[in-house]
Amino acid sequence: MAIEVKIPTILRTYTNGEKAVEGKGDTLAALIDDLDANHPGLKGRLITDDGSLHRFVNVYVNDEDVRFTGSLDTALKDGDAVTVLPAVAGG
Amino acid sequence: MTRYESLIDALGNTPLVGLPHLSPRWDGDKPVRLWAKLEDRNPTGSIKDRAALAMIRAAEADGRLTPGCTILEPTSGNTGISLAMAAKLAGYGLVCVMPENTSVERRQLLEMFGARIISSPAAGGSNQAVATAKELAAQYPDWVMLYQYGNPANAQAHYEGTGPEILRDLPEITHFVAGLGTTGTLMGTGRYLRENVPNIQIIAAEPRYGELVYGLRNIDEGFVPELYDDSVLTSRFSVTSYDALRRTRDLIEHEGIFAGISSGAILHAALSIADRVAARDERADVVFVVADGGWKYLSTGAYSGSLQEAAEKLEGQLWA
Repeated sequence: MAIEVKIPTILRTYTNGEKAVEGKGDTLAALIDDLDANHPGLKGRLITDDGSLHRFVNVYVNDEDVRFTGSLDTALKDGDAVTVLPAVAGG
Repeated sequence: MTRYESLIDALGNTPLVGLPHLSPRWDGDKPVRLWAKLEDRNPTGSIKDRAALAMIRAAEADGRLTPGCTILEPTSGNTGISLAMAAKLAGYGLVCVMPENTSVERRQLLEMFGARIISSPAAGGSNQAVATAKELAAQYPDWVMLYQYGNPANAQAHYEGTGPEILRDLPEITHFVAGLGTTGTLMGTGRYLRENVPNIQIIAAEPRYGELVYGLRNIDEGFVPELYDDSVLTSRFSVTSYDALRRTRDLIEHEGIFAGISSGAILHAALSIADRVAARDERADVVFVVADGGWKYLSTGAYSGSLQEAAEKLEGQLWA
């Protein structure tokens, strides 16, 4: 099961500069564990010590913010697109 | 009554118009209808007039803002234009800190209203504008920073204005969709609707920009507006420039509405939700915000050439 994960510039030091990497997992938590196995250190930048998403990191599955779809328990399926972005100001 | 004592008094009470062509099902016993709240019909042509005037009034009421004062604000454009008009009429000075990658029309409007613009670097987008404004506020303590990202009057303007207007015009509303920037529109309108409409869904659409805008040095430099409370929302969508442009053009093509690019992003999120409801064979009345008209974005090339070309031209621009 392959899921494409888009990585923001600021985290590409963990992916050898790759803009997008592939991972697998049937939940977001499983996907992040899988990513961390291939790109050590990435998980620590996305998830805090208490196990929740970092306040300044937004993760979207098919353009929808996972904080409103179950957070790390959000279910994933083959072909889903995951995008990681830092939280920035708008307005 | 549509007679007003001054331009500022003509704020709000904007029209709510149906989208019979773009709605998944306009007629029948289970309609899924889209309604546009035309906020471009405000005094300076955007929804930001509501927040700007409310923040000025609140600062006047608590004595922070007195005649001759200079207002300071980080803004990507519309809030600045609203503040500039109101400041000109009331005799305040205005200094706007604006990212350099914003459209030329916004700069021209600000200058026309007499505002002084301090540009912040394109890299880092509005984050950098906020940081620069905070530095200036420390440097010039007599300037009054209204700070739209954390000023409760911003959300309150929508709690008292936008929300009640929508409910008055469409008591059967099931979903409200708006853009997420300062979060003021969604927090204020969302709270009002949640208090008055059982099971209302509050949906946020945020712009997804090119990489330059996310160019932080460190994740800890990220920014979440102080006004933001995610318990007000039920879902949140990130919308690419391409999808925003596509929907902006759909609005013109099918409904005759000439809207700004962020309104296309908001419509995109509204349609995602509306299509899900239609697929479940349920009914819905979805209100979405048209935050401003398209005039200020003509120079970006958003309205001419192919969608792909237009999206490429927008890369690196702040369009919401």
